[in-house]
Amino acid sequence: MISLGIESTAWNFSIGVVTENKVILVINRAYKPKEGGIHPREAAQHHSEIVGEVFREVFNQIPPEKIDVIAFSQGPGMGPCLRIGATAARVLSLKLGKPLVGVNHCLAHVEIGRWLTGAKDPVTLYVSGGNSQIIAKRKGRYRVFGETLDIGIGNALDKLARYFGFPHPGGPKIEELAKKGSQYYELPYVVKGMDFSFSGIVTAAMKLFDEGVPMEDIAFSFQETVFAMLTEVTERAMAYLDKEEALLVGGVGANSRLQEMLRIMCEDRGARFYAPPKEFMGDNGAMIAYTGLLMFKAGVTTKIEESFIKPDFRIEEVEVLW
Amino acid sequence: MRIYLGGEAEVRIHEDRVEKIRKPKRYRIRELDEILRKRRTITEAKIISAARRAGVATPIILDVEGDKIVMEKIDGIPVRDRISKEICREIGKSVAKLHKAGIIHGDITPMNIILKDDKIYFVDFGLSFHDERLEAKGTDIHVFFEALKAGFDNWEELWEGFLEGYKSYEKFEEVMERFREIELRGRYVERD
Repeated sequence: MISLGIESTAWNFSIGVVTENKVILVINRAYKPKEGGIHPREAAQHHSEIVGEVFREVFNQIPPEKIDVIAFSQGPGMGPCLRIGATAARVLSLKLGKPLVGVNHCLAHVEIGRWLTGAKDPVTLYVSGGNSQIIAKRKGRYRVFGETLDIGIGNALDKLARYFGFPHPGGPKIEELAKKGSQYYELPYVVKGMDFSFSGIVTAAMKLFDEGVPMEDIAFSFQETVFAMLTEVTERAMAYLDKEEALLVGGVGANSRLQEMLRIMCEDRGARFYAPPKEFMGDNGAMIAYTGLLMFKAGVTTKIEESFIKPDFRIEEVEVLW
Repeated sequence: MRIYLGGEAEVRIHEDRVEKIRKPKRYRIRELDEILRKRRTITEAKIISAARRAGVATPIILDVEGDKIVMEKIDGIPVRDRISKEICREIGKSVAKLHKAGIIHGDITPMNIILKDDKIYFVDFGLSFHDERLEAKGTDIHVFFEALKAGFDNWEELWEGFLEGYKSYEKFEEVMERFREIELRGRYVERD
């Protein structure tokens, strides 16, 4: 069975095609803001301009009639961006006469992570621009056990990088700077139960910069602080839920220091740590295609009239039938 | 002796006492590790005493040294294993007392509260701090709300019980208003 998935929740417009056993193709077209952060309408404008050419590229490689199911990212995400992907999915579904499946974006990150790593029942740390969550399955649903009380970790890294004068995405730049830093400056460490927040840490880090502290040391201190928070909460969830696997997904998951911290934490608990290949960590169409395939095979389809986007779509709303 | 490896500390349960030790975590740098362990141990011991003075049942502290707290053993079961609307009401009353005293528990979950002889004991103040702001209090009860929602099918009834007890706090309405705000904020945040 062949599934085509469309991802357009935020910065990336991506189409992936998968079977039960492998990823056939992924085509990404990332939006890069000229300055500042991601502007939802500008990103949507970008997506709508390239959607035609991406589909042509896909159908050059795989004939449309071979596709069995069309999946799209239904939320959560930025409304204007989601709308582009949902519209394209509806058109394609009607034109090809193939079923449509609306997929929860967060759930898709977890499912592709499990698929590509072999993790069975992990505590998942999902870290991206807009989302930072600790997710685990209980009684047929994925539940959020902890999450950011304000901004996503990727957004926090972007804000700091922008303050230093670097463009979006800021995460890789902060990582590069942090490798050259060594002096630790104390920053607020904000964990409340299983929840955490980042905006106060960003403000404190900006203040250090104003005081003349080298940005390498700030980046180092920032990463050490926020990643320790995320690792601590992941560990707490594993202890609370008695789980022996940790899975890291989302764009910020590509950060090697975050991976290292989680790996060490798991080693010390006698647990296993999993992370999918980098190209499947960030937002991509393959994760939507794969999750749509799982859902379709479990009997789930989305009627056109129910295919409206859900910018606040929560992972708990989806019953896991596969 | 039983050893429970929590997310944050190692808890050694002896016949007559419990030792809570914050062991170094290899995943974080030494500077941060030492700050966190030392600070949390001292804060926790102080807050347990303050909570007792506020009328909340807690273990008695027997000794504090470095990264270790020695306390009385409460020989009961976690309320997770015997949760009910009534127990949640008692939890709500205790949290009202804590908040009245300006104590934020920081980790109110059904695993951290022990039931013994029909009485509930708050045994883990590992993430507690003093804060009078509504934000902190709203977040504090949000942690419990999330724990109920994630852990129990009848969470709505349990939450109702909690609120019945928590109503004894005079700032109940204000905290609830902030709680609802926090609930909305935890959703997808668009970038500016």
